[in-house]
Amino acid sequence: MQPILELSGVVKAFGGLVVTDEVSFKVLPGEISAIIGPNGAGKTTLFNQITGALKPDRGSITFQGTDITGLDTQEIVARGMGRAFQITSIFPEETVLDNVRVACLSRAGHTRQPLKGLGAYKSSTEKAMALLTSLGLADQAHRLAFELAHGDQKLLDIGVALGLEPKLLLLDEPTAGMSPEERHLTRTLVQKLWKEFNLTLIFIEHDMDTVFGIAQVVRVLQQGRLLAEGTPDEIRANPEVVKAYLGEEL
Amino acid sequence: MEAASDKKALLFWGLFLVVFALVPISRNDYYLAMANRILVWGMFAVAFNMLFGVTGMLSFGQALFFGLGGYGVGLMVKYLGQAWFLAGLGAGVAAAAVVAYLLGYLVIRVSGVFFTILTLAFGQLAWQITFRWYRVTGGDDGIQGLVPTGILGDHIVYYYFCLILVACSVWFLKRLSASPQGLILRCVRQNPARVRFLGRRVRRNQRRIYVISSVFAALAGGLMAGVDNSIHTNMLNWTTSGEVILMSVLGGIHQFFGPFIGAAVIKVIEDVVGARTEYWSLIIGLVMMTMVLLFPRGLVGEWVSFKARMRSGGARKEGV
Ligand SMILES: Nc1ncnc2c1ncn2[C@@H]1O[C@H](COP(=O)(O)OP(=O)(O)O)[C@@H](O)[C@H]1O
Ligand SMILES: [Mg+2]
Repeated sequence: MQPILELSGVVKAFGGLVVTDEVSFKVLPGEISAIIGPNGAGKTTLFNQITGALKPDRGSITFQGTDITGLDTQEIVARGMGRAFQITSIFPEETVLDNVRVACLSRAGHTRQPLKGLGAYKSSTEKAMALLTSLGLADQAHRLAFELAHGDQKLLDIGVALGLEPKLLLLDEPTAGMSPEERHLTRTLVQKLWKEFNLTLIFIEHDMDTVFGIAQVVRVLQQGRLLAEGTPDEIRANPEVVKAYLGEEL
Repeated sequence: MEAASDKKALLFWGLFLVVFALVPISRNDYYLAMANRILVWGMFAVAFNMLFGVTGMLSFGQALFFGLGGYGVGLMVKYLGQAWFLAGLGAGVAAAAVVAYLLGYLVIRVSGVFFTILTLAFGQLAWQITFRWYRVTGGDDGIQGLVPTGILGDHIVYYYFCLILVACSVWFLKRLSASPQGLILRCVRQNPARVRFLGRRVRRNQRRIYVISSVFAALAGGLMAGVDNSIHTNMLNWTTSGEVILMSVLGGIHQFFGPFIGAAVIKVIEDVVGARTEYWSLIIGLVMMTMVLLFPRGLVGEWVSFKARMRSGGARKEGV
């Protein structure tokens, strides 16, 4: 099967600090995978390069068969990639509904329309409401986004990404800062969304229950290098990974 | 919910038009000129606020476009004759669109305070040019005797002409702010980085609203030429840019009509206080200080949040 995303020999350095070091891997369509690694391993920086927020120094990134290395974020997003952020990135003074609706409107190509009110765009509005229902945020649709609890803001961030109907969705620490119960709910939700929207999904995560609970493939990043890649069982059994990162807790 | 707010909007527009349409009945030239000035500056301020309050771009150089509108009329009438008044109005507006489009590529490369400083610099540059280029612009003397063509030369007819143009302009801007394009502009203010992840270009949207806002600034400048029957280099000075900022802040930058109310209040203070003492700008300074310190949401913003508090019985933060 053609990979949906392929990185080959990607390198990125900040000054002397090599943050992405010859990283190569392939992601198959429909896969749900995790990237793990200690803080500062370069996980977020990798997402930044895949989504065009940063340009790699070397190497190439291929998405759905086309080379997207060096393209602008807007162009990559338009090709079907979505992303939610480690530090929640929403539109705080808009309503929860409008946060998702703006993504749906953008996807439908309506964002240059200057005359009709938002309500006139029925299908975008309905799609946004349906998404909020999937995320369990429908009852808060008319609140302002900054009024939401932290965990709900994280979910809304995912909702904004989903409004674009991405084929590939990148989630940067979806359960960060959540309570154990919230984390459990979010894990189930992420898996549900993956199935419901036929996504290819890559998530960065520190919570091992989430990683080993829902990922089909796990990739371990350490000091910018891809240390290991495999099924959860393979990763658990990998002595290098156990030594370097996971320690005795597994 | 939608239907109720539609009704309210209709009521508001009805009231707005009736109040302003009735002013000429007073048969008082002073009131007429005052109402005309409020209309034109109100439109100017609302258009400016699409840039500032909505999109988060504090331009300190909208005087450039206001002046361009004024000088479009002034120069046409001066060199081609009175019949060219309307053509001059159109030319000034068109020139503003072109200049804003081109200048946009320069000033929108930077953001925040650098954008503000750059717009100020270009504004002052344009002011200096009109000031020094005496042979063409009349320099500090300005251009007098700008009487609109034909029946527009009648004060009352001209007033209704302005009222119609302003009502249409403000109506358009109101629609814009409630539209998907308006939503994107608010998103650009709140989180430009995320806007890129919506697949939208931040600078392109900023340029678009910069052009739109500047076009209406020029229309305001052109209309003022007919109200005052003259233009002056002061139209291009930074004080004009500053005044439209004050109007917006005073009225409230997070409410669509805030800047319009702010414009009305400042124009009234200018006229009423200005007639009694030359220290009227001191009064405006004091009013502004009080507002910013005690009522940072502006007149309309405070009113809206007051109503919200009354309704919910408790303190609740108001959004945009
Ligand atoms: N824009 C940047 N400029 C300089 N250094 C950066 C930048 N972004 C990240 N870094 C550094 O790169 C390393 C990896 O960061 P990051 O990708 O955020 O790690 P992770 O997400 O795995 O915790 C860190 O040491 C961080 O300080
Ligand atoms: Mg990170």
